[in-house]
Amino acid sequence: MRAALLLLAGLALVAPPVPAQIDGPRSGADFLTPDTRTLQDDDFLNPGLFAVEEGRALWNRVEGAAGQACASCHAEADMRGVAARHPVFDPATGGLVDLAGRVNAMRREHMGAPELPRESQAMLALTAFLGFQSRGMPMAVEIDGPARPFFEAGREDWFRRRGQLNLSCAQCHDDLAGRRLRGDTISQGQVNGMPFYRLMWRTMASRHRMFEWCETSLRAEPRAAGSAEYLALELYVAWRGRGLPVETPAVRR
Amino acid sequence: MRPLPAVAALLLLAGTAGAAGPSMDRPLTDRPGDPARGRAVVRDLSKATCLICHAMPIPEEPDHGDLGPPLAGVGARLGSGEIRQRIVDPTTANPATVMPAYFRTEGLDRVGAAFRGRTIYTAQEVEDVVAYLATLTGE
Repeated sequence: MRAALLLLAGLALVAPPVPAQIDGPRSGADFLTPDTRTLQDDDFLNPGLFAVEEGRALWNRVEGAAGQACASCHAEADMRGVAARHPVFDPATGGLVDLAGRVNAMRREHMGAPELPRESQAMLALTAFLGFQSRGMPMAVEIDGPARPFFEAGREDWFRRRGQLNLSCAQCHDDLAGRRLRGDTISQGQVNGMPFYRLMWRTMASRHRMFEWCETSLRAEPRAAGSAEYLALELYVAWRGRGLPVETPAVRR
Repeated sequence: MRPLPAVAALLLLAGTAGAAGPSMDRPLTDRPGDPARGRAVVRDLSKATCLICHAMPIPEEPDHGDLGPPLAGVGARLGSGEIRQRIVDPTTANPATVMPAYFRTEGLDRVGAAFRGRTIYTAQEVEDVVAYLATLTGE
């Protein structure tokens, strides 16, 4: 009996089996160990919810020369679906803009408030709060029209080998998702839960920080967060995960 | 010893390719490989350890990867020259492989500043790992 209980306890720590061949997009949540999955699914346990609450407070806080808060102009309910559509082509800059870029543009142009650094706790909180407004909605970025060249650049980047380890994103996240890299199961590299709480870092992390981390792991020179390259890659990756529900704030290893 | 330019490596291969795949029969160093040191090298986390992708007969290490073939018995399946060639640059045996080249600096894109111009293994580490893998003759 005791041995059986121990065995059960051991099994609970093993990741659920994921088939090596996977049809269609699968959220990173499907590749989690059961305990991490539980952490994500319970809003009373999920540490990312603290960021969402902090983001809500920032959303309502007056900042900058214009004496405005985000909430002065935007109803919280109107933010539903916004995160699911980003990044988008921005006619004002002629390039792509992601949620963080959008927040900073609003702060600069309408609030007279200083821009927030991308990986600052405040920016991660605000983008987590915005992502949370789309929770459960399908990812649906626009890739046609003026966004098309950026999408194509991002797709090319996905398939390009890089770094001393000479690997493309596709080689692991398309071809080998579900297989084991030492103790970890390779996910599809979907971004539908980001920004998410990363257990390894004990903090929230953005899509671009994960790109940087992955490239650094390949011993490649990473691009900068917010760079045109990462925005293009983000558009491709978001499109690749189209239809997946927004899970922000997800919890990951 | 400096890493071989890709062209020289291919020329070296041309005369030695056997039925099981390309073979690099000449060692990279004068000092013979040491299997015990090789076993330590493949476990070293700072050196892109083989265990990330391959199951190996190293029971004291947890969580072996499953991307590549298990390496138990590799010493019976391949000769030392074939093992060496696969470590130096596995794309010569399989251009589509996901395995990195452990002793190549050319034909790589956007290598991080800390790693530019450097190989994953030193020549001696390649030889030590070849010597170790050659001892894995049992399944």
